[in-house]
Amino acid sequence: MSELRGEEWLITGARIAGGDRADIHLSGGVIAAVGAGLSAPGARVLDASGLIVLPGLVDLHTHLREPGADDAETVETGTRAAALGGFTAVHAMANTEPVADTAGVVEQVWRLGEQAGYVDVRPVGAVTIGLAGKNLAELGAMADSAARVRVFSDDGHCVADPLLMRRALEYVKAFDGVIAQHAQEPRLTEGAQLNEGEVASRLGLAGWPAAAEEAIIARDCLLAAHTGSALHVCHVSTAGSVEIIRWAKSKGWRVTAEVTPHHLLLTDDLAEGYDTVFKVNPPLRTRADVDALRAGLADGTIDCVATDHAPHPVEAKEAEWAEAANGMTGLETALRVVQLAMVDTGLLDWAAVADRMSVRPARIGRVAAHGQPLAPGSPGNITCYDPAAGPEAVDPGSHASKSRNSPFGGMELPGRVVATFLRGTATVIDGKVTK
Amino acid sequence: MCAMTPQPRPEVASGWKAVLTQEEIRRALSRLAHEILERTHGGDGVVLFGIPTRGVPLARRLAARMSAFEGAAVPVGSLDITMHRDDLRLRPARALGHTEVPPQGIDGKTVVLVDDVLFSGRTVRAALDALNDLGRPRAVQLAVLVDRGHRELPIRADYVGKNLPTAHREVIRVLLEETDGEDLVLLGERGKPAAREEGTTP
Amino acid sequence: MKRHLISAADLSREDAISVLDTAAELASVAGRPIRKLPTLRGRTVVNLFYEDSTRTRTSFEAAAKRLSADVINFSAKGSSVAKGESLKDTALTLEAMGADAIVIRHPASGAPHRLAGWVTGNVINAGDGTHEHPTQALLDAFTMRQRLAAGGVGGSGPAGAGLDGVRVTIVGDVLHSRVARSNVLLLSRLGAEVTLVAPPTLMPYAVQTWPCGISYDLDAELGKSDVVMMLRVQHERMTAAYFPSIREYRRRYGLDMTRMARMPDHAIVMHPGPMNRGVEIAAEVADSPRSTIVAQVANGVTVRMAVLYLMLGGAEEAQ
Repeated sequence: MSELRGEEWLITGARIAGGDRADIHLSGGVIAAVGAGLSAPGARVLDASGLIVLPGLVDLHTHLREPGADDAETVETGTRAAALGGFTAVHAMANTEPVADTAGVVEQVWRLGEQAGYVDVRPVGAVTIGLAGKNLAELGAMADSAARVRVFSDDGHCVADPLLMRRALEYVKAFDGVIAQHAQEPRLTEGAQLNEGEVASRLGLAGWPAAAEEAIIARDCLLAAHTGSALHVCHVSTAGSVEIIRWAKSKGWRVTAEVTPHHLLLTDDLAEGYDTVFKVNPPLRTRADVDALRAGLADGTIDCVATDHAPHPVEAKEAEWAEAANGMTGLETALRVVQLAMVDTGLLDWAAVADRMSVRPARIGRVAAHGQPLAPGSPGNITCYDPAAGPEAVDPGSHASKSRNSPFGGMELPGRVVATFLRGTATVIDGKVTK
Repeated sequence: MCAMTPQPRPEVASGWKAVLTQEEIRRALSRLAHEILERTHGGDGVVLFGIPTRGVPLARRLAARMSAFEGAAVPVGSLDITMHRDDLRLRPARALGHTEVPPQGIDGKTVVLVDDVLFSGRTVRAALDALNDLGRPRAVQLAVLVDRGHRELPIRADYVGKNLPTAHREVIRVLLEETDGEDLVLLGERGKPAAREEGTTP
Repeated sequence: MKRHLISAADLSREDAISVLDTAAELASVAGRPIRKLPTLRGRTVVNLFYEDSTRTRTSFEAAAKRLSADVINFSAKGSSVAKGESLKDTALTLEAMGADAIVIRHPASGAPHRLAGWVTGNVINAGDGTHEHPTQALLDAFTMRQRLAAGGVGGSGPAGAGLDGVRVTIVGDVLHSRVARSNVLLLSRLGAEVTLVAPPTLMPYAVQTWPCGISYDLDAELGKSDVVMMLRVQHERMTAAYFPSIREYRRRYGLDMTRMARMPDHAIVMHPGPMNRGVEIAAEVADSPRSTIVAQVANGVTVRMAVLYLMLGGAEEAQ
């Protein structure tokens, strides 16, 4: 349940966005004060010396699976995992059963999020009915619903019909919506299994060409420019895509983009043993692509990190490669992977992490209450993170997510989310959920 | 058959004793050839089968002598017994030796198996099984250069070059011109450094 | 040898030559009154075939039986997950039945890898998707050694010899061919010079990184080939726009009598089968004395006997 009053907290000695140390006083669901040597009698105290404080992380791309595939995840278990990962808001993608293409389904998902109370769940509405790519869904109804949908995506599927994509881009301008495209030209990727490259050729797995992603992004950037609309590109995975987005932005076009933590770290040679935990859409690519994605996130061409948390039950992954489901979990490891790939390599500082994982995704998702500066008056959505913890091997068996398909199992990652606050109330304390 | 590079002459050093010299080997083979001819009525219907590795050159030499003495060619073959060994599972799969059956075959013939050393008898047991799959000889006999005792099966040689009672821990090493560059039979102790020991108990 | 034979790359040069030499010795078993050896008595070999393939399955079956192993045939059509019992459950069933070796043919690349993770026996890949078919490459190499031995026809080539300097040209749908992949890996390891010939649409994406040459022009390669191996090309590839028509494919990449005449006199024609007579290979070429297609089938049993013996005939090697 969301308590408007919230608890009262005094967080002491934390480095605000990695900068100067200060105390933060949370009261009435907002940041009441930020400064040195604050006092707040009656408040619970969190000694945050050595910790980084970030605005609560916002995930633009998560699969909570409910309604429909609750053997993989529910809104409750998924948002619990999100809170443990330091998130205070997540966008739940529409490829549920039934598809979230009506006001009814998006409101259902929103309410489930409210009931669980771990994060603010922002349902994403489907662009087309049933994700079939043929007819627009009632985007206006979803925008007006209690869920206040602003991000629309057929994620899992590409809106391939160029005319339909144009119409969608134009239509959502009426309510400041944004279309988030899953860029995958369907004809070029029929039966595709792994990045089209040296590894796939050797393993006898049908290739997934980079051009299939880049061609759609280029097309959609041009359409967005032509219609004066906002375009968001989901899970960018290739160096070519980064270049196209950089070019589009240089023209002043309203294009934003996200990258997943796994695409910042992992490459296609991991598929060598046909371990399906590495099977994902878009596929893992080459070292050169990873480097370009990191550079793109560092210089802001890529606006944010979005997990594309895609839980699957064991039997969906325990099969031959061609039969296994695509997807990796990621909520609980995201910030640690970003630390390893971006902060520890000197590509981003913590202030920039705050920007890429909270400020910008909140802006793109039009989520007013999140991604705000850590200053008095802002809603009390805060993440406390210890970058000096570990490194510790990831154990998917201990994850709060219902599913175990993490590609980082056994891998040593630095850092630990210590505490997460949603509107001034602690959802996670000392790395454990509070309820 | 696989070509063997002749081994360099091992040091007849500490612990290794020559028990058959080149001359003694030559004389033993001549005697064996005569004995075989005597007991088979001049080598009538005889086929020699050497058991790889060193049984093969020995069989060839015997056949050459028998032909020289009697004036009639004696067919020679080789019989690899690897696939019929009873100890296959004790070591990783071994390379196969070459099996060659002379054109006359073995049905109704007197097969004389030829090997360098007779020890436990297991090699000969395997050879009898292998022979069984190739046909039905009228009789099977065994000729060996050295019989060192310690039989583990009821098998005996019909023709023996030299009887050499040995202790179990001792090792017999047969060197032949065709495979090792010289003719010599050495006796040593297990574990003493010397030329490479080949195979297990023959 | 490694515990599993899943890729031709699992064989070192020594391992591969050991298989060929062993097969050469075993070849004579077929001509004996008793076509059996007792070596694998008491061992169980399971043929797990998810694709129809009477030829390969019976080849493995004959090989195992000639070594006195017990053979169990487990036939399942179609994808495992879609049609019921998962590959994992089948693996656990075979494990419980005490399979010493499992020979698996499956439409999905990587299925033998997955299987190997679930069983304690030895896994032999009899063809997985478009990935590999190592025993086919071994029997092809054996056939080449046999036919190209010094002195020409007859004998099996000197023991211990590889295929050094032999020029092999493989023609056809390389992109979808597991036979081509295994052959490129094995033949290059044995010292042969391999050239792939296909239209650009049927060449794998990163083929320049493979240990072989590539060419789009069959006629240019014929005169300098000791072996020309033709691969089957499927009609379905036409509808997926890999080439415009069977006729054009045959004209540019088919081996007919005219092209065969341009090969050196000693050069041989090979085909893993099944053939599309009149498409990639003319009927008269397939039936000519230069064709080793029938010998390849016979050699398949011998080579598979050698693989089974080397894998199962001795103690487990420490990995």
